Amino acid sequence: MTTAIAEAVPGTSRSAPAAKEIWTPFNAHSEGQRLFKEWYATLETANERREPVANVFVMGNAIEILRSFDFHMVFPEINSLQSGVRKTSAEFIRISEDYGMSPDVCSYVKADVGMMLKEEKEPLGKMPKPDLSVSSNMCGTFIKWAEIWERRHKMPSFVLDLPGQRSSSWVVRPGDAQHSADSRWVEDQFKDLIAKCEKITGKRFDIDRLAEIQGRVNQMVIHWNNVMELNRTCPAPYNAMLDGLTYIGIMNVYRGTVEGVEYMRRLEEDVRAKVARGEGRVPEERFRLLFSGTPCYVSMRRLVELFETWGGVFAYSDYLTFAAGGMDAAELLYDTSRPLESLAEVTALAAQRGLSNQFFAHERMEKQIKDYGVDGVVFHGIKSCRFVSAGMADTRDYISKRLDIPTLYIESDLIDPRYWSDAQIKNRVDAFFEALQQRGGAGPLKGKATHAQGRTA
Amino acid sequence: MSAQTVPDYEAQLNAILEQCHTATLDASIPDASALPEGFTGTLGHFPVYFPDEIAHAAGLLPVNILGGGNKLEMKHADARMGSFVCSICRSTTELGLNGTLAGLTGFVTHPICDAAKHLAGIWSRNLPDQMSEILYLPQNPNSPGAARYVAAEYQRLRAELAHKVGHPISDAAIRSSIRLYNKKRRLIRDLYRIRSDEPWKLSCSESYMLVRAGTRITCEAHIELLEQALTAIRHRHVAAQDKPRVVFVGGFCEQPPLEMLETLDDACFIVDDDLLIGQRWFTQDVPEDVGDPVWALAESYIERSHASPVQHDERKPKGDYLMAMLREGKADAAILTAAKFCEPGLDEQLFWSKDLDEAGIQYLVLEFEEKMTSFEQMSMQVETFAESLLFALA
Repeated sequence: MTTAIAEAVPGTSRSAPAAKEIWTPFNAHSEGQRLFKEWYATLETANERREPVANVFVMGNAIEILRSFDFHMVFPEINSLQSGVRKTSAEFIRISEDYGMSPDVCSYVKADVGMMLKEEKEPLGKMPKPDLSVSSNMCGTFIKWAEIWERRHKMPSFVLDLPGQRSSSWVVRPGDAQHSADSRWVEDQFKDLIAKCEKITGKRFDIDRLAEIQGRVNQMVIHWNNVMELNRTCPAPYNAMLDGLTYIGIMNVYRGTVEGVEYMRRLEEDVRAKVARGEGRVPEERFRLLFSGTPCYVSMRRLVELFETWGGVFAYSDYLTFAAGGMDAAELLYDTSRPLESLAEVTALAAQRGLSNQFFAHERMEKQIKDYGVDGVVFHGIKSCRFVSAGMADTRDYISKRLDIPTLYIESDLIDPRYWSDAQIKNRVDAFFEALQQRGGAGPLKGKATHAQGRTA
Repeated sequence: MSAQTVPDYEAQLNAILEQCHTATLDASIPDASALPEGFTGTLGHFPVYFPDEIAHAAGLLPVNILGGGNKLEMKHADARMGSFVCSICRSTTELGLNGTLAGLTGFVTHPICDAAKHLAGIWSRNLPDQMSEILYLPQNPNSPGAARYVAAEYQRLRAELAHKVGHPISDAAIRSSIRLYNKKRRLIRDLYRIRSDEPWKLSCSESYMLVRAGTRITCEAHIELLEQALTAIRHRHVAAQDKPRVVFVGGFCEQPPLEMLETLDDACFIVDDDLLIGQRWFTQDVPEDVGDPVWALAESYIERSHASPVQHDERKPKGDYLMAMLREGKADAAILTAAKFCEPGLDEQLFWSKDLDEAGIQYLVLEFEEKMTSFEQMSMQVETFAESLLFALA
């Protein structure tokens, strides 16, 4: 059931690179870009080939099931953030506001609506019309966003309800009564989704196929977990808020594919080699930081530059956890001998992990600060995203007072350039580093190096 | 033999409305030491819907936390929540931080939106002695198993409340609470029937105050209040005015200031609305004499509830329920409101407006905040809207 069979993103070449046979230097960024271009190119012609398409989100998406039915996955969040990176989001946001959308709602949604209204090629290609959307309650806006597609494309939207942490100090262990109850609910919904997929595609559900995909997801999760653990070393081999964004992009878009496994395998190899060489992301690492929130994609490089010029590197970000659906823990592996039950059990745990990172952020952050040996925490409040921002200032207050950790709070937006105020943010960043220095600073390799052992995929 | 005196219904109603008016403007909670017999504490819950019956059966007075209104001075919450978060979440946080809600036994929020979910974390960081949690009501009521999941979530809540009050909550107690709350909901439906049939007898702001009073007193006391009010309203002699009939939507969570509703009342008959929709969530009675009362509540939540912008239900397509309200209320137009920074409300407002455009139905778009204090501009907008409607209908 778990025998690896070459499985590619539908429509792409089925032959995965044979890394052992032909050695090529690996550049995680350029290889990530290549894979993204390939994915977009495949999407462009999906409707012509009459292949099924699903709109999904990066959290709570049931990709394993959709992939077993050969759905192409469109991630409108990624399209929107790409419009930010490529500096075209302002125009799309303007179009959607002219259409009647409020200035106070999610800028990702507005950029997507702007793209739909303009009916032009999106940042990296023309998006196919979806046959289905899968959203979840992990972010409330997902549901309203899916309702927009439902109305515009006259297609069904499936909301996957994933119960999260109910209260503070909430502990759910795999197999306990609460986890079993939540898993049963998630499994009931998966069965319903499978019936819908069968109706849309005309295909019978293939449980062996699901198990194969899960096997590949397991490999990706192990590599990803190791990659994250490797950043506990000092100097940090990558910046969680720059390099890390490419990595989670691949974790999402290529989840459960041969290409995805291969990318993550080579990434781990590459990062491990950097650690062995003592090679850090910044030439002289002086401050290790934790970033809470999402990036400002219109000023992504600038944001990182403001910190790196001070020798500050983001060793960890909760974004890497929740934006990969919480799938960054080595214990979250599927039991491929019971595919559907296991999918529900792991999804329930992973979703909770992703949600807890935000709604009870202080509990996990305390551990992350220790694990990654960080000197300070940077909170990035996003004007149009209450999921990451509504509890942020209060979490900051708690972290500063209870843990005596220096913190910085800055505010802008995901992709709306109107809310990026460069001079103001630079002043605050500079003041933050001056305060860090006054506390005695933090020197490179100051007894913080930890050895990340990792697991073997 | 003395002549039988006719009760002064108008005076009775005025007295009840005055009492409700005072209660509406008061964001505080009843003092636990002054609760009626049988109640040992108060359980705060955030909008939109909460199964009050379970708290009531536990001997906890369910208190709907509806924000701080427009009289609350923000001293703490501004530093704890971004300026882009809705007023009700910010003022609820303020009420928690300034001690107003310190007497609550617990506080429950729901996954209606992301800001509301954050309140549980804020509560646990700042009021660690209070029970605080998210009741995970599902956003997918359509998959088989939804009622079973809700029932399990209610049983979890029941166990936590039992632990808190120190005694089990029996099925019989829940059944008894269901009977009471069914009666209360029937009375509220009667209020809305009057609003629709004879809107000149009961304004939107009056009916709102009468319903809202129930968020601070026991169900038993609220039933008594509503019965008295309904009798008085039925005897009311008010001449029908020449005003357009409209439906008001957008008040499902954050509450518009009373002055705003009064401004709307001045220009229109608001024949239906979604204000405090959680207080009349069920479209029919919850089954009363069934073996498992928790199942009855859960199954009713899934099968017989109103539509709302904060719940996705494929059986209730967006726009359809507004059209139904307009049709059933024989309304000429709609007032589409949304609280500032309320993502579900603002998105829904756009859906509504597009549907009404398509159907050729007039509407007015308004944005509000619970803390707003100036209504002159809104008054002018509403008057102009009402006049244009009357002109078109003449």
